[in-house]
Amino acid sequence: MSNPKKEVLLKIEGLKIQGFTDDVWIDIIKGVDLILHRGEVMGLIGESGAGKSTIGAAAMGYARDGTRIAEGSIEFDGMELTTATQVERRALRGSRIAYVAQSAAASFNPAHKIIDQHTEGPLQYRLRKRMEAQEDAMDLYQRLRLPNPREIGFRYPHQVSGGQLQRAMTAMAMSCRPDLIIFDEPTTALDVTTQIEVLAAIRDIVDQFNTAAIYITHDLAVVAQMADTIKVLLKGEEVEEAATEEMLEAPKKDYTKSLWAVRSFQRPQKARPADGSEAVISVKGVDAAYTGGAKVLDDVSFDVCAGMTVAVVGESGSGKSTTARVITGLLPPSKGEVLFKGEALPPSFRDRSRDQLRQAQMIYQMADTALNPKVRISDVIGRPAEFYSGLTGAALKQRVDELLDLIELEPSQYYNRYPPELSGGQKQRIGIARALAAEPAFIICDEVTSALDQLVAEGILKLLDRLQRDLDLAYMFITHDLATVRSIADEVVVMKNGQVVEQGPKDEMFRPPHHPYTDLLLSSVPEMDPNWLTTLLEERGVDNIGEAARTGQRAP
Amino acid sequence: MDKLLRLIGQRLGLGLLTLLVVSVLIFSAVELLPGDLAEAVLGQAATEETVAAMREQLGLDRSAPVRYLEWLSGAVVGDFGNSLISGERVSDAISERFSNTLMLAAYAAVIAVPISILLGIMVALLRNTLFDRVANVMTLTSISSPEFFLGYILILYFSVKTGWFPAIASQMGDTSLGDYLYRTFLPALALVLVVTAHMMRMTRAAIINLLASPYIEMARLKGVSPLKVIVKHALPNAWAPIINVVALNLAYLITGVVLVEVVFVYPGIGQLLVDAVAKRDFAIVQACCLIFAATFILLNLAADVGSILTNPRLRHPK
Repeated sequence: MSNPKKEVLLKIEGLKIQGFTDDVWIDIIKGVDLILHRGEVMGLIGESGAGKSTIGAAAMGYARDGTRIAEGSIEFDGMELTTATQVERRALRGSRIAYVAQSAAASFNPAHKIIDQHTEGPLQYRLRKRMEAQEDAMDLYQRLRLPNPREIGFRYPHQVSGGQLQRAMTAMAMSCRPDLIIFDEPTTALDVTTQIEVLAAIRDIVDQFNTAAIYITHDLAVVAQMADTIKVLLKGEEVEEAATEEMLEAPKKDYTKSLWAVRSFQRPQKARPADGSEAVISVKGVDAAYTGGAKVLDDVSFDVCAGMTVAVVGESGSGKSTTARVITGLLPPSKGEVLFKGEALPPSFRDRSRDQLRQAQMIYQMADTALNPKVRISDVIGRPAEFYSGLTGAALKQRVDELLDLIELEPSQYYNRYPPELSGGQKQRIGIARALAAEPAFIICDEVTSALDQLVAEGILKLLDRLQRDLDLAYMFITHDLATVRSIADEVVVMKNGQVVEQGPKDEMFRPPHHPYTDLLLSSVPEMDPNWLTTLLEERGVDNIGEAARTGQRAP
Repeated sequence: MDKLLRLIGQRLGLGLLTLLVVSVLIFSAVELLPGDLAEAVLGQAATEETVAAMREQLGLDRSAPVRYLEWLSGAVVGDFGNSLISGERVSDAISERFSNTLMLAAYAAVIAVPISILLGIMVALLRNTLFDRVANVMTLTSISSPEFFLGYILILYFSVKTGWFPAIASQMGDTSLGDYLYRTFLPALALVLVVTAHMMRMTRAAIINLLASPYIEMARLKGVSPLKVIVKHALPNAWAPIINVVALNLAYLITGVVLVEVVFVYPGIGQLLVDAVAKRDFAIVQACCLIFAATFILLNLAADVGSILTNPRLRHPK
């Protein structure tokens, strides 16, 4: 067999894609070239707005609603997609080029069973009969190490967990044995521990069938595990492209270097005050349950001291956000109490005084949905200032200006604007200003950086750090991103299934020995080393590479 | 399934409660009308003595709550009393008229519901094309014209000018089903024209609303054809709003068709109600109103259950 990786499968030249905004067509992809060989995996990385997904869709000859392919050529296995008819292009999709979307939970149709969606492609292209297609689906489920592979397909999407769905979607992409799969941020919505399983499964299956892939992500460490070559994009243009190892070791362009260096921010760790002064917030033996549901918090206790940051980490469903709801009084605990500077707070926010309410504020994950799009910035920030401090007129205006200054936004420029006019990072800053407007002693930051690009996220972390020093704030930082923990936390609380499994100062937490769960969590965070996944899987005793040999290759 | 039954039970109970409140409202509204039956019947001959005697005879001299309870206890077992004018039993007077109305409503619904859903699917598929616009303008025109006007137009073209269908749908009696369908075609068509636009536009909107969903994009990227994307991937998730608007229109077909009945001289319950109001035959008015309220409540309940049954998350819990 000649080297299959030398045969060109996809060739994109001078691709320009335009988007329709404000009644004009604007270039969103400004002339990108791309060559992908058979069996090769290319990582496309960049921040949001770089055009990664748009290029991924274009590789299928698909332009999303409101976009059009304006110029350039897309040649897939000798076929020019830009001039092909709708029907010709459609015939490639699913059969020769498949797509794996970011959120499997949203991309599986809630009305149909998983296996029926899986077999839709093979049946439509008359590649297999229904029973054969189902057998094949079960076979793929097994290769992707889904539990109960013979049964899981007959469930509806909402009956299956996110990580399993993502693997089922990868299986679905494989259903017609395509030559090329577009992976569009397939693990972004998953917990680190689940991400590993999905990454391993994807790499496995791509190896087994020698499928070429375009792997789109903003996570460098992830792309380092998956790709043979990496292409860096910025605002619709290519920055540079190189083989993975070369790219990681010696990036040429400044932008790439800045991406690589992004998690350099780390502030010195603070210890608790030696005088034994009271914690700002102290959670004591809290149990909580939602109405009619099982217990979601079980004997949770931790303290947050003034001027310090406590990071609460754990997988989704571990009770991090529920703890925040108990502290703010949105969910009264069934047992235990929350103390503010040594005084017990009433369990429900309804019974708390205005002064008690002002002391604990929240900043949310999705600044987009947490800000009312129809309210001016001046009112977003002004209302809590008015409500808690009774400021009006000129004094209120001055206070809003002060707050905008604090979050490093020029007051005169932002005062009269509306949230949708701002970028993601600016919106998150407004969210911070709104929390500060109440002059709190304690702020709960609920995944505040997870929806942001890394450079922007770093800016937000630095801002929060400066504010903490200037205003002596205590933070509770809810996150599943351990890199964030490393850069900003003083103490760490690890939660699982509603219980605190381990807590302590950060440097202790990042140094063995750990509770096994902490260990699992820490070791699951992808590292830039391209061999990290392989090594880790070997350590954990999953023979990733051997499985292909064991199950054998199946011809499509 | 148990959960569903419990839910239906709860809704039914709530519906009964609503009905009780409605019965109070109906009864008090009728009480508030100036003048009563005794005065109306006696007309010019109403002297104080005759009116008082008439009231006593009709039982109108007792207090309102007493009469309400009496009426209610009868209504619960289907006895709405006797017509105050003809002395006929109200249930007899109503039952024939009501079944006529139900027949006509069913006739119109059997045509209108499939047509509007099909049209809705087609305009969703061909959205923003000429077909979409033409369908929109035509259905909007038909919904914007008063239904009696539509009725007269239909009569003018299909009855007077061409003579294809009878203009009057009143001769009932022992007709065969075919004959019935032929006679009542024009009123049914008028009703179809009135209700189609609403249902079609809701179907279109419900489907188009879903076209931006990731799972629709996924289906497209799997190479599924545009028609299948809509029928197989969007429609099953769009049923809830469609079912609700269908239920609302069915309720309209039963309770809101007075004008069409009058135009085509169709002996339905709407006509009966209008006559009864004119003659102050309150026993019939109250019974009709209660039946209309029950219709609305039942159809809304059916819509709720339908929405639940089409939602896979509720049908197949974790």
